[in-house]
Amino acid sequence: MSGNKQRHRWNFYRWNGKVMAGGALTGLVNGLLGSGGGMVAVPVLEKSGLDVKQAHSGSLAVILPLSVMSAAMYLHGGRVALADVWSYLPAGLAGAFCGAKLMGRISPRLLHRIFGGFAIWAGVNLLMR
Amino acid sequence: MPIEIIAAFAGFLAGTAGAMGLGGGSILLLYLTLVAGEDQLHAQGINLLFFIPCAAAALWLHQKENRVPWRVVVPTALWGLPGAAVGFWLSGRLGGQGTGKLFGLFLLALGIRELLFPPQKSFSDQQKASLSQKTHPMP
Repeated sequence: MSGNKQRHRWNFYRWNGKVMAGGALTGLVNGLLGSGGGMVAVPVLEKSGLDVKQAHSGSLAVILPLSVMSAAMYLHGGRVALADVWSYLPAGLAGAFCGAKLMGRISPRLLHRIFGGFAIWAGVNLLMR
Repeated sequence: MPIEIIAAFAGFLAGTAGAMGLGGGSILLLYLTLVAGEDQLHAQGINLLFFIPCAAAALWLHQKENRVPWRVVVPTALWGLPGAAVGFWLSGRLGGQGTGKLFGLFLLALGIRELLFPPQKSFSDQQKASLSQKTHPMP
């Protein structure tokens, strides 16, 4: 009886090649670059048939546990200390609340254009360094 | 302008963009490496730690509106965990310089994709559709 229920719960989740490959790639980018996992997770989730909004909120839910694991490895490896991050947190949390409330109210096309231009500028700067 | 204000502004912007799934992490990381002159791997560590509470807060707001598609999220995140371990190991092999260049290439490719192939559908196009769809509560 309980086994049946467990199997039902297991089947609720999607276990296929697309999800496996997309998840592994998201994790790889998250651990390797310490950011950018969301930029991989959003298209991956969209390919799994989710709409734009679900993919964006879902990407947060995917990246959160991955970031916890990556951050734990970075802390353990001595690359960073907890004290390094405090000064950025208040402004970041305020921004996170604004972002979650704003989502869906700003033209995403405009946001993507701004982000695209910014990413190219930053990429060139990093490569020239 | 004092550096504290620029840092707070970078943090605010990173939190906002991150909550919208728009690569917010890259904003703080770029501030740390390009403006504050931190080492790439140290900056990545700060960025990861910074992202955890911001993402948790935004996720909580999204979950209150039942916007989180758990049936796809859970397996994707589980498969991501070994990927993150490989990524961490690889970043150690590449070192700060190599990882920084790789991040530059990643951003360049991302920017070109965003400008040349912008997303086809907008939130507002899909909002009507998602209103009639069922939500995704936890099982």
